[in-house]
Amino acid sequence: MSKTEILVICRHQGILETVVRLINNNPDWHATGAATDEEAIAAFMALSFTLVLLGSGIEQESENKIRAEFVARDPSVIIVQHYGGGSGLLAAEIYQALNGPH
Amino acid sequence: MAQTILHKAETRGHANHGWLNSYHSFSFANYYNPDRMHFGALRVLNDDTVDAGKGFGTHPHDNMEIISIPLEGDLEHKDSMNNVAVIKNGDIQAMSAGTGIYHSEYNKDREHRVKFLQIWVYPDKKNVEPRYDQITLNLEDRHNKLQQILSPNPDDEGVWIHQNAWFHLGKFDKGVSAEYDIKAKGNGVYVFVLTGEVRVNDQLLNTRDGYGIWDTDKFTITAETDAEFLLMEVPMIQ
Repeated sequence: MSKTEILVICRHQGILETVVRLINNNPDWHATGAATDEEAIAAFMALSFTLVLLGSGIEQESENKIRAEFVARDPSVIIVQHYGGGSGLLAAEIYQALNGPH
Repeated sequence: MAQTILHKAETRGHANHGWLNSYHSFSFANYYNPDRMHFGALRVLNDDTVDAGKGFGTHPHDNMEIISIPLEGDLEHKDSMNNVAVIKNGDIQAMSAGTGIYHSEYNKDREHRVKFLQIWVYPDKKNVEPRYDQITLNLEDRHNKLQQILSPNPDDEGVWIHQNAWFHLGKFDKGVSAEYDIKAKGNGVYVFVLTGEVRVNDQLLNTRDGYGIWDTDKFTITAETDAEFLLMEVPMIQ
């Protein structure tokens, strides 16, 4: 069974690495990390993601641009704000995003 | 008419890692309950006990307001802003993680455990500059009255955070009552009983029970026994 692909975007490199590592610890998920808008857009064009997590430091203008580009390419993609920086909130955030109302 | 929700102590998530025994009022780490995700902007209420000499190694946080209240023993905090502090029983610490911060929390005492509450609140502004604030509280200021320990205002009593939230502690003798007026329209209050029994309006609460109340302007809290409790007023964000 294929893993759920999750794109994590975060300006803080250390937190980005932590979040990606934690997600990849789950056998059902696979995370790709991106620190810049360009990296994020390139990743999104290359792979089909179910979920995008927006981490810390993303400017509002960037967030608006990313959301618009991603939804235009794939209206079904789920984009949520990640809070906590790779802490105990991560798993619940992902479960709720994947299973809850969108 | 007031809306309420009751979270009995025994319904909390529980994780015992040996050195850390933690009860989660809301989903956290491996405890996931879609019906227990948050109470308004209150996202985490962890009731932690850490063994002597043990603690949480350096780990990151961002975009959360993190409040630590030791109930027994002391906690050493170190962070990437070069802050090193001991949060003692009787203190409260607030940390705005903002754009990102690393910190560790250790029980440096070699003989005694530390018990503390770790409380996380969603900020009202993302990506703030990380900062922290810590004060020592006067125990007498909560004896038979409500002691404000946290607010949105740096110039007000207690510590401050980036959210329209107010926290109060109370240590009431049996029979003492107080009325709590909600400070901001649209806010609710999560009551957490530290010890003893209290009644919030008509609802009896026991030790470590949680009770959320919203869509009201005020409520009455009465100590049915000698009791200590924490009131957390937060915006009722969805």
